[in-house]
Formats: sequence, C-alpha cells, structure tokens
Amino acid sequence: MNSRACILNAVKENQPELLALPDITHLLEVENQDLVAEFTRVIEGIGAKVFQVNKYQEIIHHLKADFETEKVRVVSTLKEFDEIAKPFSGLDNHELADVELMILPTHFAVAENGASWVDDELFKERVLPFIPQHLVFIVEKEKIVPTMHHAYQLIGKKKYSYGTFIAGPSKTADIEQSLVLGAHGPRSLRVFLV
Amino acid sequence: MKVALFVPCYVDQFYPNVAIATLELLEKFGCEVSYPKNQTCCGQPMSNSGFEHLTSGCNKNFVESFKGFDYIVAPSGSCVLHIKEHLHDEEHPSEAEKISKTIYELVSFLTDVLKVEHLEASFPHKVGMHQSCHGQRGLKLSQMTELNAPPFSKPQDLLNLVKDIEMIELDRKDECCGFGGTFCVAEEAVSAKMGVDRVNDHVRHHAEYITGIDMSCLMHLEGILRRQKSKTKIIHIAEILNGRKA
Amino acid sequence: MKTIDHAANSKVFNQDEDRVDWHDETLWFIRQKRDKASKQIPQWEALREAASQIKNHTLSNLHNYLEEFELNAKANGIQIHWAKDAQEHNEIVYDLLAKQGISKMVKSKSMLTEECHLNHYLEDRGIEVIDSDLGERIVQLAKEPPSHIVLPCIHKKKEEIGALFHEHLGTPEGNADPQVLTEAARQHLRDVFLTRRAALTGVNFAVAETGEIVVCTNEGNADLGVHLADIHIACMGIEKIIPKRGHLSVFLRLLARSATGQPVTTYSSHFAKPRKGKELHIVLVDNGRTKQLGRPDFRNSLKCIRCSACFNTCPVYRRSGGHSYHSVIAGPIGSILSPNLDMAKHADLPFASTLCGSCSNVCPVKIDIHEQLYKWRQVLVKEGYVDAKKALSMQLMAKTLASPTLYHLAGKAARTTLKYAPFIAQNRFNPWYHQREMPAVPKSSFGEWYQKNRTK
Repeated sequence: MNSRACILNAVKENQPELLALPDITHLLEVENQDLVAEFTRVIEGIGAKVFQVNKYQEIIHHLKADFETEKVRVVSTLKEFDEIAKPFSGLDNHELADVELMILPTHFAVAENGASWVDDELFKERVLPFIPQHLVFIVEKEKIVPTMHHAYQLIGKKKYSYGTFIAGPSKTADIEQSLVLGAHGPRSLRVFLV
Repeated sequence: MKVALFVPCYVDQFYPNVAIATLELLEKFGCEVSYPKNQTCCGQPMSNSGFEHLTSGCNKNFVESFKGFDYIVAPSGSCVLHIKEHLHDEEHPSEAEKISKTIYELVSFLTDVLKVEHLEASFPHKVGMHQSCHGQRGLKLSQMTELNAPPFSKPQDLLNLVKDIEMIELDRKDECCGFGGTFCVAEEAVSAKMGVDRVNDHVRHHAEYITGIDMSCLMHLEGILRRQKSKTKIIHIAEILNGRKA
Repeated sequence: MKTIDHAANSKVFNQDEDRVDWHDETLWFIRQKRDKASKQIPQWEALREAASQIKNHTLSNLHNYLEEFELNAKANGIQIHWAKDAQEHNEIVYDLLAKQGISKMVKSKSMLTEECHLNHYLEDRGIEVIDSDLGERIVQLAKEPPSHIVLPCIHKKKEEIGALFHEHLGTPEGNADPQVLTEAARQHLRDVFLTRRAALTGVNFAVAETGEIVVCTNEGNADLGVHLADIHIACMGIEKIIPKRGHLSVFLRLLARSATGQPVTTYSSHFAKPRKGKELHIVLVDNGRTKQLGRPDFRNSLKCIRCSACFNTCPVYRRSGGHSYHSVIAGPIGSILSPNLDMAKHADLPFASTLCGSCSNVCPVKIDIHEQLYKWRQVLVKEGYVDAKKALSMQLMAKTLASPTLYHLAGKAARTTLKYAPFIAQNRFNPWYHQREMPAVPKSSFGEWYQKNRTK
C-alpha cells in the first residue's frame, strides 16, 4: 500500500464520528464605525503611514518630497504614475532587486487589522510588493471593510493564482522583542486613501 | 440544612485553625454541621501524579464518609474540584454523583447557597488576594484575566463585607503560585521561583497578609515568606471572614 | 535511568535568577499584548468557539477533506506528495532537489521540518539549507534548536546575538543594537533570496474547498524566498486542513492576536497555483498524527494552529526556558504532543506543569491542554514510564489515605517528626526545604480538636 492510501486509511479509521460544521455568519454583525478612521488608527499602529488624497497628482507630489524619484528606481503597474515610475516588463523578476520604491494598487483594505488585499488580477508578478525598499499602496476609501469576515465575503470564490493580505512594512521582533521595521521586505509602507 | 465538613488532609494536620474557622462560620449561618471522622483525603495527590487508578480506596472511603448530607463544604478549591471531576465509586455510583454535585468550596457555598450579605468581621490590614488556580479557573470563583468576559469575584464579594480591610492591587492578578501538588518537590526549582515571584508581587504592593481560598498554595507561599524572614503573613479567607483578629 | 528531564534542566536554568526574570518578563509582556489585542475584539470568545468547532468538525471529516484538498490542488497544477513519517518526508524533499541538481535551499519557518530534522538530513547529503526567519537564522548560526515556536531565539540576549553576528556576518564587535543586527541579517539574507533556486515553506492553513495554502509571516521571508525561486516546496501536517476559504477569516483574526498581540501578521499569502513555468509541491505529512487522531482523549491537540499563546502564558515555561523541554515543540502544547511521538523520551513533560489551566484559557482553538496533561500522566504511569521508587511511594500513600486508622497514625507521626525532630524533614534531601520553611506544627490535628471540643 502506498503512503497516500496508508495515511487516508488511518485517518478514516481513527477520525471520530462526524461533528457539525458551525455557522459563522453571526460574526459578520459589527457595530457601525468610521472605517477610514479605524483603518488609519490600526495601520499606523503597526508602522505604516496613511495619507488622504483627492488626486493622483497629490500622491506624486508627496512621493517626490520623500524620495529622489529621479535618481532611484521607481516601479509601478499604474500608468497614472508614469511621471515618476516605470512599469516592469522584464522576464526575470530578479531584475527587480534594486527597486527603491514600488507603487501598487489594491483591491480593498480591512479596518480591523490594516491589511490590504492584492491578488494577481492586479499584477502577475508576485514579488512586486515584497522586493522594493519602500512600498506604496493605493486604497480606495469606499473599499475598506470592517473585518476579515467581510474581506473573505468580498473575495468569495474568486479564482486567483496567488493573493495576499499585507498589513504594514516588513518587520521582526526576534531580537529581544525589539521591533525593527524592514526585516526582509519593504522598510516602509505608505497607504494613500483616494 | 445538614452540612458535612470536609477538611483536606494537610489542613487537618497542619492548619486546624482554618478548619475551626470554617466550622464556626457555617454554624453562625445556621448550618447543622457534622464532621465525619473517618474522612482522609480526596485522592488528588495520587491522581495528579498519574496514579488515579490507585484512588479507589480513597474514593470508597470518601463516599462512605460523605453520603447522606445536603451539602459537603471544604475550605479548599483544589480538593473540591478534584472530587467534582474525578470521584467514582462503582458500588455506589449515584451516591458518588450526588456528592460531586453537592460539594462546595467554602466561599461559593457562602455566596451561592447561603447567599451571605452580612458579616461580623473586621480586619484592619492591607491584604493581597491570591487566586488559587483550581478555585478560579476550575470552579470559576472569579473571572480569569485570559478571557474577554465581564469581571466578577466571589471571594472579593465576601471580603467587601469585612470592615476596615484594605485590598491591594497586584501586577499579575491570577498567576499560579507554583505549588501544584507533587510539582512542588518534583520541579522544586521552578516551583520555588514561581512562589518567590508571587510573594514579591504582594510584598512590593505592601501586603501585610496574603489570603486565599486554598491552604495548599498559602502553605507554599508561607514557606517562602518565612524563609525570607518576611513580615508579610498568610491567612486563609475563612479566618478573615470568621472575624479572626490578626 | 534517564539522564535529562525537564526538572533537572530547569534547575540549571534557574541557577541564573536574573536571566530567569528577564525571560519571564519578556514573555509575560507578550502575554499582556495578547490580552490587550483580544480584549479589543468584542467577539473574541465567539471567535474561539467558532475556531474550535471548525477544527473539531474538520478532524471528524479529515479523510474527505484531505481528498478534496488534493483534488483541487492538483487541478490547480500543484504537485501533491504524501509522507507517512519524517523519513519519507525528508526523502521526498531531497529527491525534489536532487532531481533538479539543486544543492542550496532557502527555508522559511516550518515547525514540521524541525520535527522531521530535515536540515540535518539534507546537510548530510550535501545540501545547504539556510533558515530565513531572523530568529531561526540566529539559532541556526548558534547551532541550537529553537526554544519557542514563534520566537525561536527568545532565550538569547542581544549581546549573545551580537557576538554571533560578529563571528558569522562580520558586524562590529560588541554591537548589540537590534536595528544594526537586523540590518546585517537583511543584507545577508537578501543575497540568499536572490540566489536560491529552491525555497521551502511551512503551511499555516490549507483550504480543502480551493486547494490553496496560506503562509503567514511578519518578515516577508517566505514570500521573498518562493517568488524568486524555481521550485516552492511547502510541507504541512495533515491537520492543517480547513474546510472553506471563508474559514480563514476566523483563524487569521485569532492567530496573530494570540501569538504576539498584532492584529494580523504582516503577510498572509494565499498560494493557489504555481508561478507560471515554475513548480509548487506540497508534502502532506502524517508522522504520528493519525495515531493521535485515534486517541479520543488527545486527538483535539491536533487543532493546534501553533500560535504559542500557551507558551507565553505558562508560568513554568517562562521560568524554565524552551530548551528544558528537550523537545521540538516546547511549552504546554509540546507537552501533550510530544508523548504521542515517543512516550519514553517525553515521559517527564506532562509533569512539567502545575495544571493551573491558563494555557487552555488562552488557546484560540480551545484545546483543553491542562486536562490533557493530567490524562497523559495517567497514560504514562499505566504504560510503565515512571520511576519505580515513585510508584512504590504512591502505593503506600494510597493505602494510607484509604484507611482512616493508618491515616490518623501517619498524620500523628508526621507532626511528631516535624515537631520533635525537625532536622529529619528540614534537610537537603527534602526538596521542599531547599527554599521553603516547613509549616509550623500545631498542637493537635483538627480531627483531635473536634473530638475534644465538639463531641461529648
């Protein structure tokens, strides 16, 4: 008998009588709250910066102030940022290693934990949000949901190849619980609410 | 109301005053109290060491001693929890079951059954409350800091009826003292360190007395206090509620 | 006769009281962060209940969910492998690497690969493995096992890490600034991420309904590793399955809050298909899990999502350190998981607890950890994994306590001993007396008092 059959047989033999799967729809009930304010409070608490803006030009203005956009490599998948960024069209994603700033769209964000959801409908190259020194997310204000339950309701049965929730810059506290931002991924995260 | 007094073995042998205070308290509130003289032990020392299968003699003796009462009351959460969870008697299953259901730790008997709302007691001292785990997490005598649930405390409700008592706040409200039955000798290093840390929390907040519902934890803490030659003393809650003067 | 056990190891750990205090305070701080985070969620207890029930249901239907998961994952182009035990798991990983001629691999945190001792197995066969989680990299450089499942090097002081990095990564001698040390690791590991063709990760959740796996990190090390490699190998115990994608909401809300008090891990990545032109392999491992599933008293330990909340709250763990458990998974959960794998080796662990019950209260999936510790004690004694002297003394005690006559005699003898010959009890052979005074001896027992005062 191969290992697969062995394991499955043992599971079948040893698993208990069937227990009911609970209904979790009650967890969707939440108090009314200011989702933008809650999202901002939470994500700033975990090391990101939030800006409310009306136009893309405002974002460009901000980024030009914070980065030497003409000297460093800036990449974006959004054509709105053509003025300061280039798209990535290379075949080998290792070529992204020297990106200083990455500007990316998001599908939606979650107020309770500050996470933004991105999947490969937005960009095929998975390493984009992980490899730059600094990351910028564009989040639409109306697309902030209260909790993860609402988040997965939005995702539904969507067929993505890869998707991820990202909440804040990369971080570690492995050395004596001292929080350090910029472990392996981006050292900072700026979220622009439009 | 016919109440049997169950006095845990180490209380019987080393802390008779705690048992006397318990007896007197129950009598004050009109209970007809008996002390079955053949009682020995709940069997927990064996069970917690992995020898529950050796406790049938203890169980038999327990059922024999405590059958036929309205309630059984003991000044210990740990022993009561053990009886509630582990008392079996194959020859007298219904007696054993009745005992498990009618056995109470003293504090919850006072608050839940006798519904005590008034006490003639005064204790003009700074007192720290040690939450014994089996009473707190096992018998749910007070809310546990781990849970997201409303606070309550049955021992505190009773201490609030004592005049002039001043309760101190602790940094860690319900951390285990490290007694743990045979753990206190089998894991001596960790047990003693846990006890030292508990004691220091009380002493740091100027407790003159550490009280609690379980004499086993208090015996362990007392051992440490006395080794440190500390001025802080231990006192079982029954003694405070019964109006003992320091 | 066993040479090491938790009690003996703890005694050594407790020789440095300042260090014990430091270890205790550090972990207590995390417990407090967990409390704070959990209390910000009004539905916290309802979430724990939901998580517990989902896991209970899953274990009761695991056979179907494993098949469903395999079917959906394969349809997505993921390659599935099954491993009965650690040996087979290691062989599968090795073969995948060997087939492509890969001799260097980067690996993010996976307690399962620790359990299987994968690194040693691969290193013996000429494959270099670099752990990319900072804490794991630190213990790897120190040639030590992790002492905590979420904070692998929590037992190490920053000065020790500074010295280690000075030796291996060339950081300035005497520099123990976490910022500087983390930056050095970042530079060192970035080079690793960019040059490894194979990346291995653990799995936090595997969704039967969609065939996808979810991997959670704060550092981003799992994603950086796999997105830059040709082959992603994900290793998981068969208990990581959950039925539906929507259930991830329950577990992701609980996991990081329970672990570190964060609202969520920085990255929660969902892998449903391999990258275009690349490979994604999932190794499903039993290694004793089906055996544990067959033990009614212990099966729900398989609900564990490895958050480590029980470590941080455990007053014994905080004061004995992870290595004292001499087991891949330390702490309360390790003490109920490890005896399943090897009773003889881990017979001491269920006794390394006061049964205070705090672990069960913080557990996000409501495993009755302290009750299982009690039950393991009964099993270990019955199976004969107990000291003969202890068994004899327990038999004597049981006999004494079962008989009122013997009990009253013994009680009197004990009090007499303490009163008239305290040196017998108060000596170095009595572990109680080592750091504690014995109780003062009363004139009489309560029984004797009662006889005199209340019975006429």
